[in-house]
Amino acid sequence: MRAFWILVAALAVLHHDAWLWGDRSLVFGFLPSGLAYHATYSLAAAAVWVLALRCVWPDELEEWASEGDADSGGNG
Amino acid sequence: MTLAFAEAADRTPLWILAAYLGLLIGLGTISQRAFRGTSSDYFVANRSIGPFLLLMSVFGTTMTAFALVGSTGKSYELGIGVYGLMASSSGLVHSLVFFLVGIKLWAIGKRHGFVTQIQYFRARLDSNGIGFLLFPVLVGLVIPYLLIGLVGAGAVIRGVTVGMFPEAFPGVPNPASGAMMFVGAVPPWLTGLVISGVVLFYIFAGGLRGAAWANAFQTLVFMAMGVIAFVLISRKLGGVTAASEQVLANAPEHLSREGKIGQLQFLTYMLVPFSVGMFPHLFQHWLTARSAKTFRLSIVAHPLFIMIVWVPCVLMGTWAVGAGIHPPGGNPNAVLAKMVADLLHDPVVTGLLTAGILAAIMSSLDSQFVCLGTMFTHDVVLHHLGKERVSDRRQVLLGRVFIVAIVLVTYLISLLSLPHVFDLAVWCFSGFASLFPLVFASVYWRRLTKAGAIASIVAVLATWIPLFYVGMVEPTLSGTTEPGDWLVAGMMPVAVIFAASAVSLVVVSLLTRPPPAAVVDRFFPGTVPSRAVETKP
Repeated sequence: MRAFWILVAALAVLHHDAWLWGDRSLVFGFLPSGLAYHATYSLAAAAVWVLALRCVWPDELEEWASEGDADSGGNG
Repeated sequence: MTLAFAEAADRTPLWILAAYLGLLIGLGTISQRAFRGTSSDYFVANRSIGPFLLLMSVFGTTMTAFALVGSTGKSYELGIGVYGLMASSSGLVHSLVFFLVGIKLWAIGKRHGFVTQIQYFRARLDSNGIGFLLFPVLVGLVIPYLLIGLVGAGAVIRGVTVGMFPEAFPGVPNPASGAMMFVGAVPPWLTGLVISGVVLFYIFAGGLRGAAWANAFQTLVFMAMGVIAFVLISRKLGGVTAASEQVLANAPEHLSREGKIGQLQFLTYMLVPFSVGMFPHLFQHWLTARSAKTFRLSIVAHPLFIMIVWVPCVLMGTWAVGAGIHPPGGNPNAVLAKMVADLLHDPVVTGLLTAGILAAIMSSLDSQFVCLGTMFTHDVVLHHLGKERVSDRRQVLLGRVFIVAIVLVTYLISLLSLPHVFDLAVWCFSGFASLFPLVFASVYWRRLTKAGAIASIVAVLATWIPLFYVGMVEPTLSGTTEPGDWLVAGMMPVAVIFAASAVSLVVVSLLTRPPPAAVVDRFFPGTVPSRAVETKP
């Protein structure tokens, strides 16, 4: 579990790509490097959340929620 | 704003829009058949929404007019850095909030039967007062959000319909030259009326289930339209490579963030997406989930959906600069319309793209309408009268009456010709984001106290109001607004407000007496309740 949250923290840090700040080059001839980096970042974010489903999913919450007595949809 | 993508008075785009609105009304009628007539079905769709519908409704709700129009406009103005600034950060943070806060709140809501955020906070903090403080704050922050939709829709339709009805709508005088502008265009007051009417119809017909169905449909529409516009525009510019090379040759500064976006601005902007943790309409959508597992698809697909919508829009805005396409009046938000008009000359595409923009707008408006009605019914009326004294039918009716009242107020404000509507969005999101420490602490920190929560909300008000005045109201009134975000020492204002909120919450909670374990235990899985506590949420 700890490793997963370290991975999330690392991803948060990697969002700040200061090394590409002034980079104007084009990846694949059309994608600006800063945009290519952050589009890849979006893919990485999705991959990290796939890991979350496998590694840190709170299974216990489902049962806890169902133990309640008040699914009235009303005034609680 | 002179969005002039239909200079010829061809009414085809308008017929396409009318057909689109007709489809939504049809969807509303179908969802009415599934509506069971109970308040639970109306307000939280009987907590029966599955993964696909939850993904589409949550994504559609979080993406506003900004998704297509604002993203293109911002990249026209600031270059490709806009994607990292607003989109990739949201991809990470939104899913993080869904995972850490959304699922927990779903479980708490299901266990205790909550329907609104305020019910939850009243019970969690064992305080009626917190409800009285939060209700006006949340409603006050949702209203600008609604305004963004109505004003955005009015501006887009006015631009599309220029010249279509010269006899009915003579236009408005240009304040500077006195010449008539927008001659023959459908005026914003009429667009606001029609849009509000259609959204009210399908949410009245099917409640939150109707909104979820409509959101799913509209999300597909605006995602598809964004991609279609991208493909057609890139072809007209000679292909993606030629389009980007033009930027490299003519406006290379738009290909990086140097001189466009500050490092601290970029860093602190990452706090803005935390707003999803406190959106009352999103809270309500979370509660509709059938189970915790329903969230899985939303958590994984949300960053990908953001990428699918934003990458093409950011590229198009940048390509506009490279190709020398400039929006009328220098208004960046008109650049997508201008590209469609200049490059495609196709009224059918114009109509479809405009339908996509309206889809993005309406898929946020509907959830916000339902949520406001729910809050009024549960947090004000039922809270005071007691649930047993108000029948299910009467609850639904009260919700609808309040929605109409709020829509009317918002509609009247939207007629004031507010400028800088997307800047207003960032302020609105900053307010919600700064309340995130409160919701996060409430689900993870047993030591949070009522006084700490109140201190946090007061700190948000005490910092947000003066910063909003100095950064938005004063420049607007004096006509000295400058392009780009208003910053505090290079940072987004949300950094100051968020910090004030978090520090007040922690310090005051630690200085005040811990809440009774019997109250707190009810909200933390794995703890045995100390003793039964009856609270009136």
